Amino acid sequence: MAIDFVNLVNVIISGVLTGLVYGLMALGLSVIFGVARVVNFAHGEMMTLAMYASVILFGAFELNPFIAVLPVAVIFFVLGYCLQRWIVNPFVTRPEHAQFMLLLAIAIILTNGQLMVFGPDARSVRLDSLLESIELGALLIDRGKLYAALVALSTAAALFSFFRFTRSGTAIRACADNWIGAKVVGLNVKQLYALAFGLGSVCVAVAGCMMLLLVDLTPSIGPGYTLLAFVIVIVGGLGSMNGALVGGVLIGLSEALAGLFIVPSAKSMFSFALLIVVLLLRPRGLLGGRR
Amino acid sequence: MNRRAVSLLSTLAATLIALPAFANDYFISIATLFLFFAYTGQAWNIMMGFAGQLSLGHALYLGVGGYSAGALYFHYGIGPWLGVGLAIIVCIALSAFLGALAFRYGISGVYFTLLTIAFAECARIGFDHLSWTGGSAGLFLKVAQRDRIDLVNLRGPPALYYYAILALTALACGFSAWLLRRRPGYYWQAIRENEEAARALGVNTVRWKILAVIISAAMTAVAGVFLAFYYNNLFPEQIFNINRSVEIILGPIVGGMGTLFGPIIGAALMTLLTDGANELVAALGWNIPGVKQLVYGVILLLVVVYLPDGIWPAIARKLKLER
Repeated sequence: MAIDFVNLVNVIISGVLTGLVYGLMALGLSVIFGVARVVNFAHGEMMTLAMYASVILFGAFELNPFIAVLPVAVIFFVLGYCLQRWIVNPFVTRPEHAQFMLLLAIAIILTNGQLMVFGPDARSVRLDSLLESIELGALLIDRGKLYAALVALSTAAALFSFFRFTRSGTAIRACADNWIGAKVVGLNVKQLYALAFGLGSVCVAVAGCMMLLLVDLTPSIGPGYTLLAFVIVIVGGLGSMNGALVGGVLIGLSEALAGLFIVPSAKSMFSFALLIVVLLLRPRGLLGGRR
Repeated sequence: MNRRAVSLLSTLAATLIALPAFANDYFISIATLFLFFAYTGQAWNIMMGFAGQLSLGHALYLGVGGYSAGALYFHYGIGPWLGVGLAIIVCIALSAFLGALAFRYGISGVYFTLLTIAFAECARIGFDHLSWTGGSAGLFLKVAQRDRIDLVNLRGPPALYYYAILALTALACGFSAWLLRRRPGYYWQAIRENEEAARALGVNTVRWKILAVIISAAMTAVAGVFLAFYYNNLFPEQIFNINRSVEIILGPIVGGMGTLFGPIIGAALMTLLTDGANELVAALGWNIPGVKQLVYGVILLLVVVYLPDGIWPAIARKLKLER
């Protein structure tokens, strides 16, 4: 089978751009796990909720996802903050599997609540301004994907600088490193956990609005993205923020290449195979710390 | 067990044995479903409730078991009695591989859970593309006359399947009770409570955890064979679906993990409530998909938040069934 070079490069570019959006989604999971120590098994379901919010804003006010992302992100920050504060927080000190089951219950409720409210039909947002691709010589770049990736990248950059340069960001990192120590020096750990959960939710919200430009939305895609987020984060290294982005790009790329060389429907099998290999050889992930 | 418990248990057993004589086919099908989840819950409970290893990929053994026996019957006309042997062997090999891989490399907690999901998802996609078993279009077993009882090929009226799964559930309960009072049961509980301490006392934790995974998988494989011959069709998207794994774990979690009766009570409650919710929605004339699963989710949430030990320990205290 001859695959011509230009086609291959196009697929690689498309995979990397999609991967950046995946990376932002996984970054949210990484923040939530790394700081708030919550195994957010409702991650993909939260993302589909953000996608529905964006679809509704588009239908009601003609807001395109690039603008809708702002109100959706604010709503999700509040949502994530409250979820952690009121429901998840008592579970932080309970065994891991109890947390897992709690979030699983939330995931089931979200998926089927969406199914009941919005129905099983696929929805999408089509923007006329994004129909034309950018041509670079022989290369074609999908406008929607490019802009989505740029938004994802700048959100990630904003988050990185928040953690690096602000007082709250530093406090959150201190909390993640050693929460007893953080408590001892007088940080409000509970509030910082909730803040981290809120920030993770913002990542999910932004990723969801951008994902709307890449895929069709049905309630049933949620669980798949939860698994994908976990695969990415484990491949990149749970708790490592760079790792989440790198893992996202890696998975986006491998999915795109699997779609090109093998049957497209088998693409997620590659992600899972990658997960199994990484779990066995580098349980802490590619960019994770030492054991 | 005290005398109260014995008399309650024998009443329950007598009711279940006599049930097909009074119930119609619809009710028998509901009871069969309940027993199916009680059985699979019992199997899952050995791994999580006894040994503390959370699997969210039991659909893997359900599917591989069902497909092993189903394909044997479909291609060579070999009935389920040999098929179940093959299913058990295949699932033991698979689970031993998964367990050895995971525990040798020290994968535990949420990482282990994700590994079980990854295996099940790989199998789902793999079977989708395996043309020998019909791929994503599914595998269909020959449907025979429903009124003639054919024990060799497990063909017959609904009551036959009901008694088959009832016998399996009773066996599983007896087996679990036996295991709990033997060396494996004590070792597993030690590992569940504190793995480091168990290892320090000289328990080969890797070996015992693998044993729990194997036993649980072999029991689930039998349930898969039952499912294949009960419904006469197998679709990778259904049997390997993560929702199957979730349904399996709901009964024991709601009923009470690590207890013998928790999985049974939990399965009964879940079956009744979800069926009730479905009936209610149908009676109101609404056509809303997802109600059943939403009920699952809400019950799971309530139990995890308010009754972390499940409902059986609470009931047992109320009825004074504890020794």
